[in-house]
Amino acid sequence: MTRTRSQPKIATAPDHAAMGPITGSTNRPDDLIAALAELASPAPERLARAVLTQVGLADLWAELPSPLGAIGVAWNGRGISWIDRAGDPDLLAERFEDRVGRPLHRVDRVPERLARAIEARLAGNRRIRIPLDLRGHTEFEVAVWLKALEIPRGEVRPYGWIAAEIGHPKAVRAVGTALSHNPVPLVVPCHRVVRSDGSIGQYSLGGPEAKRTVLSAEGLDLVEMESVARSGFRYLGSATTHVVCLPTCHHARRITDRHRRPFRSLNLAMREGFRPCRSCRPGSGAALAA
Amino acid sequence: MDTDLALAARLATNLDTAFPALVDAHAARLYTIAVRYLGVPGDAEEVAQDALVRAYAALAGYDAARIRELNLRPWLATITINLARNRRRRIADRTPPVRLDPLVEVGWEPSTPARMSPPAVAERHEGRRELARALLGLPGPMREALVLRYVDGFSVSETASALARPEGTIKAQVHRGLALLRRSLTPQLDVQADSAGEMTA
Repeated sequence: MTRTRSQPKIATAPDHAAMGPITGSTNRPDDLIAALAELASPAPERLARAVLTQVGLADLWAELPSPLGAIGVAWNGRGISWIDRAGDPDLLAERFEDRVGRPLHRVDRVPERLARAIEARLAGNRRIRIPLDLRGHTEFEVAVWLKALEIPRGEVRPYGWIAAEIGHPKAVRAVGTALSHNPVPLVVPCHRVVRSDGSIGQYSLGGPEAKRTVLSAEGLDLVEMESVARSGFRYLGSATTHVVCLPTCHHARRITDRHRRPFRSLNLAMREGFRPCRSCRPGSGAALAA
Repeated sequence: MDTDLALAARLATNLDTAFPALVDAHAARLYTIAVRYLGVPGDAEEVAQDALVRAYAALAGYDAARIRELNLRPWLATITINLARNRRRRIADRTPPVRLDPLVEVGWEPSTPARMSPPAVAERHEGRRELARALLGLPGPMREALVLRYVDGFSVSETASALARPEGTIKAQVHRGLALLRRSLTPQLDVQADSAGEMTA
């Protein structure tokens, strides 16, 4: 190899025969210092995005399957921040921008652990922990959403039930508004909240039809639910246990036809010696629902 | 430094809106510090990322006055160096010391002047690699001082503050480090290299 003088001048290889020029250059402190300064490296491009995502100042999104078809799931280091119909990625990004206002980047897939947790949640496992990023929302909204998380898969509760359970029994309409602003539908199951007359109510992730689809996929018998509601019955009691439930409560669904006692109001049931179920708590919002 | 002062003021006012600018301004520096200290790009990237995330978490816990008084450059360097040291121990645990030598940087090389001939370019890259490798061969404290002082361009007092050492110690470590570097870069010329004693830091 022929030696060529170059910048920085410390460049050398041990097999050089003539070392004279190197000695001259490396013995000048400025050259070594200049060479050290040249060791500066640009950061890998993904570094900035990774940092901002991890601290929750930017979000990533990818598609996941759901009972409603492909959904877009966005997340950051603090948790899941957004769930939306995946259909048109540009529209999804636009809605995210409008509502959340952070940079959003599409990636290939939801991280394995998060995807598995969401899948388990949608399958009805309420014990699986899913971090949710609910920053920027009011305490009232968050209280409504956390309460909705307590409704088991395949069951529904009236808007008034949520209002009563979070200590604002008169805020039924505000509960509806908060549910319509749910940033993470399906994971926070706002679809499990219906009108007290048993009609299905609104749904942010594609309207009432989508809500019916999700509830059916969760094993709720909508025809049965609506027929009970149409006949004016709001509660079901068991003649054997003397416990009275909301109609979709898993305890109510275990009552055999022979022992099922429908009631139009909780007062009537209690007058007959029935006590409210501790699981579905039919007393919450009962006055408004009656 | 002026921009860092302005940045600190913005961080004090609104951490979330100003933090992306901190990442822009400092990510490359912190990555450089980590990669020159560790010699392993993947580990360095994780260290730099972790350092910035920790910086965010720390800033989120500070009140506005404390953020405004922060000297961001040495502060961030301290976080990075501390994480890099911990990482170094883990790397040393999983890699026998004899294997450390072949660890060289892969990937990025600096842009070269267009007029440089191909052999010159190759030599320049080779020189950079050699220097990076020589740096990795130095004892940790000396390497920390050299990386901050010359790779990142800290002043002696900034280096001292970032590493929590007296300035005299930094001067001695930098001086000795340069001499060792020179010697390891010209192994056949130990006698001449030793004569570099009058070099100043």
